[in-house]
Amino acid sequence: MLQFSAVSKRYASGLLAVDGVELSVAPGEFVSIVGESGCGKSTLLRIASGLEAPTEGGVLWNGKRITTPHSEIGMVFQEPRLMPWLTIRENIAFGIRALPASERKSRVDRALERVGLTNFAAAWPRELSGGMAQRASLARALVERPSVLLLDEPFSALDALTRADLQDHLADLWSEDRPTVVLVTHDIEEALFLSDRVLVMRGRPGQIRATVRCDLPRPRDRGAISFATLKQKLLAELHRSIHDKEGGGAPSNNLKKVVGYV
Amino acid sequence: MSSAERRLDTGQPGPILSGPSATARARSGGWSWLLGLILPLALALGYEAAVRFGWSNGRLLPPPSRIIGTFVSLAASGELARHIAATVGRVALGFVLGVTAGTVLGALTGTFALPRRLLDPSFQALRSIPSIAWVPIFILWFGIFELSKVLLIAVGVFFPIYLALSAAILNLDRKLIEVGRIFRLSQGAMIWRVLLPATLPAYFVALRTGLGLGWMFVVAAEFMGASEGLGFLLTDGQMTGNAPEILASILAFALLGKLTDWGIVLVSNRVLRWQDSLRPQR
Repeated sequence: MLQFSAVSKRYASGLLAVDGVELSVAPGEFVSIVGESGCGKSTLLRIASGLEAPTEGGVLWNGKRITTPHSEIGMVFQEPRLMPWLTIRENIAFGIRALPASERKSRVDRALERVGLTNFAAAWPRELSGGMAQRASLARALVERPSVLLLDEPFSALDALTRADLQDHLADLWSEDRPTVVLVTHDIEEALFLSDRVLVMRGRPGQIRATVRCDLPRPRDRGAISFATLKQKLLAELHRSIHDKEGGGAPSNNLKKVVGYV
Repeated sequence: MSSAERRLDTGQPGPILSGPSATARARSGGWSWLLGLILPLALALGYEAAVRFGWSNGRLLPPPSRIIGTFVSLAASGELARHIAATVGRVALGFVLGVTAGTVLGALTGTFALPRRLLDPSFQALRSIPSIAWVPIFILWFGIFELSKVLLIAVGVFFPIYLALSAAILNLDRKLIEVGRIFRLSQGAMIWRVLLPATLPAYFVALRTGLGLGWMFVVAAEFMGASEGLGFLLTDGQMTGNAPEILASILAFALLGKLTDWGIVLVSNRVLRWQDSLRPQR
């Protein structure tokens, strides 16, 4: 169980990036956090990864407070962040040095196969396209077999076709061994396509404003009417959360920004 | 952001296997470097002919055949080997000293803020002093023998190494460091597995620059008054009005400089092959 307990983060500049976030993610649950740029969603994820410390509250993993990166919690960043001096195989094995060589090899082989990069095991990162590099980055996180996978806008830098392809891929990978996933994204459709639950976050201060459950059967169809209906519901929820805050005025620029990605 | 990463961000659908330079090289069949030889060869042959036909007396500017002849006779007598050994010995010792000091201090000021604030301004100030300006004071301090020469070369080698390493560590991609943190690398592993490989490209470039400066400074050092060495051969040629000897030692410098630089390039191509954009297609 991954539990965010009154998590707050105030930067030295005085900005309250995250304000008292309460959230429980059940084992095997796929949760997405959507919100506009700068709303604190990435900060929240970085606190859960142990890369950043909260100023108040904390994130608990199975009841223990996360203070530093944890072997059971994997992270994928917006950029692939592969080491350019290591081959794809070596990059994927980057985090499992401590394992015996044979175990390491079989895990990396399996990971390469799962992300469809077997033929690129010996390639250098510069030889890969953006989508392939991000799949390698995903494999690097998966190979450690984390119970929790934190994804920080992992597909936002990719073109639309590659992005859809990787979303399908992630859905498959998740169905196979059901890790707990927290995905941060500004793409509402991506969140609905992948998640059991979508949280809407708003900035200044960074708070979770709304939750939409997403019980559509998997694998999901982006073109289905039920999918469109759910998207409407999430958009309405977005509207409501913003209007609650601003006393029923006209939609703000921030809303337009979020809606613009749909 | 490194060039490798920038290419990853292009989001192209297919693998990027060859850059434009790879195709250019393939088209020219690997012989294009010969084109660069045409001009110097033409000039050399032209001048050789001019002297043969008596259009120039060739006393102050000897024709290529006389330079090569002097070079060969110096080599045959063992003179050249003795001078080269002296010069190479000084450069090697100075290079090792300069690289060691530059690496240690560059790593220190690149990594920690306090040494950087303490030392870097002084090094930046010292860097702007022209090399030859050190010669008189180095002779006063360290005498006219080997110590002052080796130290002068070490000073020349030190700065490019120091500056490049310090800057490379300072500008290190924090995003890669975070990957190291996510996988809970120890401080030693972080240095060995992230910091070192990430700074190697800049370091190798600095080694080449440093070596080039080492060759430059050895001439200045040997002008201080040496009894052997290629720099001595230069001054000796000037004193005795022996132009072929001067040009033969210049030729020796050129060959040695090119040869040692090539050595570093060979090692760096091997170590940095992940960076090489001319990898053959799979």
